[in-house]
Amino acid sequence: MTATLDAIESAALRSDRFRLEREADWQRLEAIVTRMEKGRIRGISDEDLLALPGLYRTVASSLSIARETSLDAATLAYLEALVQRAWFVVYGPRTSLWEWFSGFLGGGWSAAVRAIWVDILIALTVMVAGTAVGWLLVSHDPEWYFALVPKQFGDTRVPGASAEVLKATIFGNSGQSGMSVFAAQLFSNNAQVSILAFALGFAFGVPSLLLLVHNMAVLGAMLWLYSGAGLTLDFAGWIAVHGTTEIFAILLAGAAGLHIGRSLAFPGRKPVLQATAQAGRRAALVMTGVVLMLVVAALLEGFARQLVDETAGRFAIGGSMLAIWLGYFFAFRGNDGHAASRDASR
Amino acid sequence: MSAIPTRLRRSSRDRVLVTPEGIALPVTVASRGARAGALMLDLVLIFLLILGSTMALFSIAGGASAFMREIESDTAAGHVLQFIFIVWIVVLFLFRNAYFLFFELGPRGATPGKRMVGIRIAARDGGRLSAEMVIARNLLRDVELFLPLVFLASAGVDSGAAWLAATGWFLIFMLFPMFNRDGLRAGDIIAGSWVLERPRRKLEAAMTVARGAEPAVAAAQRKYHFEEAELSVYGEYELQALERVLRDKRHQSVESVYQTIAAKIGRNDGWNDERRFLEAYYTQLRARLEAGMRMGRRKADKFSDEG
Repeated sequence: MTATLDAIESAALRSDRFRLEREADWQRLEAIVTRMEKGRIRGISDEDLLALPGLYRTVASSLSIARETSLDAATLAYLEALVQRAWFVVYGPRTSLWEWFSGFLGGGWSAAVRAIWVDILIALTVMVAGTAVGWLLVSHDPEWYFALVPKQFGDTRVPGASAEVLKATIFGNSGQSGMSVFAAQLFSNNAQVSILAFALGFAFGVPSLLLLVHNMAVLGAMLWLYSGAGLTLDFAGWIAVHGTTEIFAILLAGAAGLHIGRSLAFPGRKPVLQATAQAGRRAALVMTGVVLMLVVAALLEGFARQLVDETAGRFAIGGSMLAIWLGYFFAFRGNDGHAASRDASR
Repeated sequence: MSAIPTRLRRSSRDRVLVTPEGIALPVTVASRGARAGALMLDLVLIFLLILGSTMALFSIAGGASAFMREIESDTAAGHVLQFIFIVWIVVLFLFRNAYFLFFELGPRGATPGKRMVGIRIAARDGGRLSAEMVIARNLLRDVELFLPLVFLASAGVDSGAAWLAATGWFLIFMLFPMFNRDGLRAGDIIAGSWVLERPRRKLEAAMTVARGAEPAVAAAQRKYHFEEAELSVYGEYELQALERVLRDKRHQSVESVYQTIAAKIGRNDGWNDERRFLEAYYTQLRARLEAGMRMGRRKADKFSDEG
């Protein structure tokens, strides 16, 4: 201790004395930050962790003072680097993934969904229009069916197929093996499509909408096919089991993409980069939820649809899923998304 | 911007970031080459992970041909295989989508590849890096990187148009960072993040602290005394250049700098004692300039007036 005091005494310049008096704090902060950078958080004592924000502010103020009083380039550069490293740590992701997730389920997700309601309405309109377009195109000229619905080998769902054949495709599959594999594949595929719908919003949202139109046109075409055979209600039930969840998820994904595209095209009063970043974070919340919804949809599609072999039961499942989602998003306020959406709206 | 001292502007990649405390920090945007390198490393890692888990699952399942036969059957073995197959699909999905997320959400804010090349992500506005940012920037990565592959696979490998479209798509997003100053890729714009270099710098010894031979230094300080007129020829820029020379401890540069300064101020009494002479000159020049700073007078370099 006396050695340090001697050193401080013997320093010829006031700015060097300033530095020697504070050096210990700087080095303590550096030691903590270095350990955190190496990922050894467990090795840091509680005392050090508690001291971290205070030390960060101390060193930051040292830097401010040094800039005005010292011409020691090496010390200034060291302080700048140290403050930056500490800033990375202090302002890094604060919550653990788990904490963030519970805040997300507890209201952050539904708050984000409510925040993009305009885009959801637009996307919904586009999807309804897409279904209508699909129906109209195919009813005008059945050849369109092949253009819209991807052709699969041995698929019996073609225009002109008899009612029995069509009926067989939506009932009586409960004995099928490999349902769980089917569900996992469905999830992987659908998740990719919805991530695509979201990310394409980057091009001002137009491709997101086109993707929605295309997907729903396929649905419209198939709806026409089944209604021609008098199976409208049964087909609707077959779709509804997982469709209320899956189509809702795709709707949200498209709306999230549109939300980004809209803020890129019309940023309002904020700078365009800032507006986009804000919209992007909100949309990311919605998208995380979409992936979760698709897991549920894949389970419903893979299991519930095959196991429940009658239309009324299918409608009951699909309808209650829809009610649950609507209630969760628009009626449930939870913690009002304080935890998760505070960051998103900053 | 006056907050960055001129000496620290090493490259065109230097930016100023203002922390929530209002402190302007000089930061360096990661070079595009470093980021490409980090991406390559990460992709290789992901590939190895996928390869490893696939082989592990296959060895559990007991060979590919038996696998395809068994999975269709409705026996107990078939169910086990189905389960393994599900695990495989989920693992693939996770590796592709969650690898970046998992690592960038940690306190280090960098994937293993980024850590190896010494870069990390941060919030562009100087605030907190939130989980939403990390998610947003990595959702878009899927589209930038993996979509062309998915597209190719679905359109058929022998389709020329598909190759053209996939390559075009890939290039648009890969070249995106070339067309903005901060090297932002599409995901960074959406998320409000950027990629910075991780600084690393040791605290060097204070220049004017007497180390070891105190009496000698003190004597030197007394021996070489510079007049006001001799000190007023130089400014901060020269002072810091002199600091670098003294810290480098290269005899030759010390000698030539001594010659220059001695000639400029018209002294020649430091002969054969150049280092002490320069140390004394440095200390006194710094004392003078810092005293000026406290009074609000700064002299940037030898050409500027004190104002």
